[in-house]
Amino acid sequence: MAEQKEKFTFSDELVSYIKEWKQKRGNLIMVLHRVQQEFRYVPKEAAERVAEMLDVPLAKIYGVLTFYHYFKIKEPGEYNIQVCMGTACYLKGGDGLVEELENVLGVSEQEVTEDGRFSFESVRCVGCCGLAPVLVVGEEVYGKVTKDQIPGIIAKYQ
Amino acid sequence: MALTNYILVCGGTGCESAKADQIYKNLLTAAQASGVGDTVQILKTGCFGFCEQGPIVKILPEDSFYVQVKPEDAEELIKEHIVKGREVKRLLYDKSESKKHARVEDIQFYQKQFRIVLRNCGFINPEDIDEYIAREGYVALERVLGDMSPDDVIQELKKSGLKGRGGAGFPTWLKWNFTKDVEDDEKYIVCNADEGDPGAYMDRSTLEGDPHSVLEAMTIAGYTVGAQMGYIYIRAEYPLAINRLKAAMQQARDYGLLGEDILGTDFSFDIEIRLGAGAFVCGEETALLASLEGNRGMPRPRPPFPAVKGLWNKPTVINNVETWANIPVIILKGGDWFAQIGTEDSKGTKVFALTGKIRNSGLVEVPMGTTLREIIYDIGGGIANDKEFKAVQTGGPSGGVITKEYLDTPIDYKHLQELGSMMGSGGMIVMDEDDCIVDVTKFYLGFTVDESCGKCSPCRVGGRTLYNMLDKITKGEGEIEDIDKMHQIGKAMKKASLCGLGQTAPNPILSTLRYFEKEYLAHIKEKKCPSGKCKELISYYILADKCIGCMACARKCPVAAITGERRKIHRIDQDICIKCGICYETCKFDAIYVG
Ligand SMILES: Cc1cc2nc3c(=O)[nH]c(=O)nc-3n(C[C@H](O)[C@H](O)[C@H](O)COP(=O)(O)O)c2cc1C
Ligand code: SF4
Ligand code: SF4
Ligand code: FES
Ligand code: FES
Repeated sequence: MAEQKEKFTFSDELVSYIKEWKQKRGNLIMVLHRVQQEFRYVPKEAAERVAEMLDVPLAKIYGVLTFYHYFKIKEPGEYNIQVCMGTACYLKGGDGLVEELENVLGVSEQEVTEDGRFSFESVRCVGCCGLAPVLVVGEEVYGKVTKDQIPGIIAKYQ
Repeated sequence: MALTNYILVCGGTGCESAKADQIYKNLLTAAQASGVGDTVQILKTGCFGFCEQGPIVKILPEDSFYVQVKPEDAEELIKEHIVKGREVKRLLYDKSESKKHARVEDIQFYQKQFRIVLRNCGFINPEDIDEYIAREGYVALERVLGDMSPDDVIQELKKSGLKGRGGAGFPTWLKWNFTKDVEDDEKYIVCNADEGDPGAYMDRSTLEGDPHSVLEAMTIAGYTVGAQMGYIYIRAEYPLAINRLKAAMQQARDYGLLGEDILGTDFSFDIEIRLGAGAFVCGEETALLASLEGNRGMPRPRPPFPAVKGLWNKPTVINNVETWANIPVIILKGGDWFAQIGTEDSKGTKVFALTGKIRNSGLVEVPMGTTLREIIYDIGGGIANDKEFKAVQTGGPSGGVITKEYLDTPIDYKHLQELGSMMGSGGMIVMDEDDCIVDVTKFYLGFTVDESCGKCSPCRVGGRTLYNMLDKITKGEGEIEDIDKMHQIGKAMKKASLCGLGQTAPNPILSTLRYFEKEYLAHIKEKKCPSGKCKELISYYILADKCIGCMACARKCPVAAITGERRKIHRIDQDICIKCGICYETCKFDAIYVG
């Protein structure tokens, strides 16, 4: 239990960010973004702490977290692969990439592989439609991806 | 030493993701190593628009346009072009050209374009305010604060005929005027940078390539309507644009162009960035305001309109990024100048993200009234891989398709609407013969169903029902009555939905039913998908007269559905085949037939 607490300690920067934003109206979404930046998702413990610090009901926080696709309340894989399913990428075979990821990783969307290493999700246009279909791993963008490149791309992060 | 050359490296998202930053760094290193570090200036700019051919590097004054540059090409560019003055032919866009240079003007992609919104993208370093200022940046703000009354600004906008570029096409001057006329000491300015259309990135590129144009325009609006505070609501998925905006805001504050007492006047105005969180409906203005207030982004009925009752119930001007980017130019060159461009109904230009099955995918800005044919064939270079044009989709999930017969229609708000589509924010997606209309329509409906906020039932239930019907049709389980039902449900949704999302969600269906009813009928009656996309309706066969028995397909088939010996005709067992299409892609002899 002690370990759990340890895991979600707010850094000093996060705490001062929240304090700064507490003064402003409409701050909740900005604060949750900052929390997710720190933990890669918004763990329950963190949501509770935010509720306390901003003095808003936990129910409201979950209302917001679940409304917006960008927020994650479950821990994603160490590498969360994003497949663009914007229109341009869809037309150029983005759905095929999703299928192939399911095959290769053995999990479906939003699930995490057993070793905790990978998860994947489909996202909307990532803004490089000229490179469609596009797949993003962390900071790295892969353009004009074909199905048979997928195992190779995943192997890079294994 | 004097500068002899400028090297512009594209720093737009497309090129950045193809290692433009490494090219930039390598160019810097190579320039130092070759001793020309002091005579060339190397800049990173915003998107050139020609993303398909990225990463792009342009060298001035020769105006040489290098495409598909790799980090390892940097040294050659410096040693050959800069040091020896010889262009690196193999990297030029048009290598065959006998002319001495492949100048930007020679490239067809740019010939019909006319840049107002993207005037600085690809020309300046967006992270340096001085470069914006050198191209008449902030002159419009200076003029407004120095010589113009709020009514003068409104008059100029009215003359220009500018309409909102975020989708609805509402006259911008009118909106500003509403807010100006409300008596209140607290008003707000909002920039809608939520860019929700899932195949469009005009706003992103504008913000990445020219962030000051939006800041300047919002400040002008603040002065005009009497607001002191502005917000930019931007998708969290746009980190580069966010960082450039932040840097630009700081520089503008340092220069006295934002913040307290702007340009020494007693007018103060500041801007804050607020992040969206991946909900399409938050592009709708009332939902956006709810999200800005920190709540779930649910729309509310209008009226009251945000212009009168907006953020925290205060009068609020909300405009789209592209609308904003037009404003400084209108002030500088005058509303009359702007109104000469375009058509009777629609003035100025429009930026489109031209994507899909097009040869030159990219960002294009054209005068209103340009025809679709000019955009697709002259600018876009036609359909990729010599396929047949099928349709072009505009207006994203709220829009519709336009077919071959209408390619000569001049694009403006009115004409697109007459054709059953709409301008939308500027996504323009080209489809070819391989794309199934029913499948693409299902894609759009799937999107709006996912994104419906669920507040009103016409949208929530109607959308789901429509999606399910399309799904059935793509699986060969459609019934002829479904077509009528879809019409009815679609019409009801348009009437009864609360916000634009639900009101426009049936558009992709209604539009494709209008132009491609035959294709629906083929799915429903004949249980066939003419373009071979819907898996349940197709089978893969091997053509006996073409198969040479090379076994390539059999080796690749993931489920071993293909049998046959070497040099003998192969066969696909339909009971085993999962229709993955790998054999079709593998066969070099066109022996696999999809039907
Ligand atoms: C479902 C829906 C999504 C929208 N998405 C956007 C968007 O992503 N960007 C945008 O600027 N406007 C969007 N709009 C339009 C806005 O509601 C609003 O009309 C616009 O921001 C006004 O700015 P303009 O007058 O400059 O176009 C959307 C509207 C609807 C109904
Ligand atoms: S790849 Fe083509 S030619 Fe070769 S066995 Fe398969 S169908 Fe026949
Ligand atoms: S479509 Fe796929 S499963 Fe069917 S025969 Fe071809 S390779 Fe095998
Ligand atoms: S649709 Fe995938 S990058 Fe735009
Ligand atoms: S991102 Fe470089 S040309 Fe568009």
